[in-house]
Amino acid sequence: MKARVHITLKNGVLDPQGKAIHNSLEGLGFDGVEGVRQGKFIELELADGDAEAAKARVAEMCEKLLANTVIENYTVEIET
Amino acid sequence: MSAPSVAVIVFPGSNCDRDIAVTLEAALGHAPQMVWHGDSSLPKVDLIAVPGGFSYGDYLRSGAMAANSPIMREVVAQAGRGVPVLGICNGFQVLTECGLLPGVLMRNASLKFICRDVDLRVERSDTVFTSGYGAGDVIRVPVAHHDGNYFTDPDTLKSLEDNGRVAFRYCAPDGAITDAANPNGSLANIAGILNETGNVLGMMPHPERLADPLLGGTDGAPMFTALAEAIAA
Repeated sequence: MKARVHITLKNGVLDPQGKAIHNSLEGLGFDGVEGVRQGKFIELELADGDAEAAKARVAEMCEKLLANTVIENYTVEIET
Repeated sequence: MSAPSVAVIVFPGSNCDRDIAVTLEAALGHAPQMVWHGDSSLPKVDLIAVPGGFSYGDYLRSGAMAANSPIMREVVAQAGRGVPVLGICNGFQVLTECGLLPGVLMRNASLKFICRDVDLRVERSDTVFTSGYGAGDVIRVPVAHHDGNYFTDPDTLKSLEDNGRVAFRYCAPDGAITDAANPNGSLANIAGILNETGNVLGMMPHPERLADPLLGGTDGAPMFTALAEAIAA
């Protein structure tokens, strides 16, 4: 069973790295990009078990370590 | 009474642990104890220093791994009992990640690593850390960081301001708080903050790196002489 965790910056938190990526894309001629926000993707390999329980456990991991909830949101997907 | 005892917490990747140990030894007259991150107990101490560096290679987020190391549970417990805790640079990042201080140190707004001397305005002189300065004094000490951009939500910022918990701000040489004097994009030019009870200070600049004439300045020294006096009293 796999858990996929996306960690993104909350709305309103400045993202200078996203801005730099946006500038680079424009420099490469990719127009029409209206905004870039960068984040993290973490994949966890989990022992098989109850998917709902696993999701709750991974959410707890996010709260304690994987995300900093002052500035970041997270989503958890479980793939069985 | 016995001489005050001081602990310096050492993580894999700490690199200012010796700087602060040397500075503390000069102020105290004896060497602090170096305590390894994997230790789960901390002797009774009168001051804890969490040094600068790149603990755990800054993996995941600066300070995130160190904040979850066994020794930090002890540091949090002792802070709760009123023991002064000083976190500098990566130490400040660790203190925010472990919840002793609010907010977070984000990537510098310029995206660049900044290593140079900055001017700081001392906002409070009535704390155990800053009693060697006068409120409004401007001191010059170095910063050396990639993630020093202090951020928190508006309510927390208001609470920090309303309760006088900003200890240091980046300023112009005359003490003016300006955008031009803000090296990293920190909210309200915040360079250092205190916890609610005033016994935990986190700051990005390095007073321990300018606390000896041989290093080109001594503006950082009054913090350590004041701390040494306070814990000896």
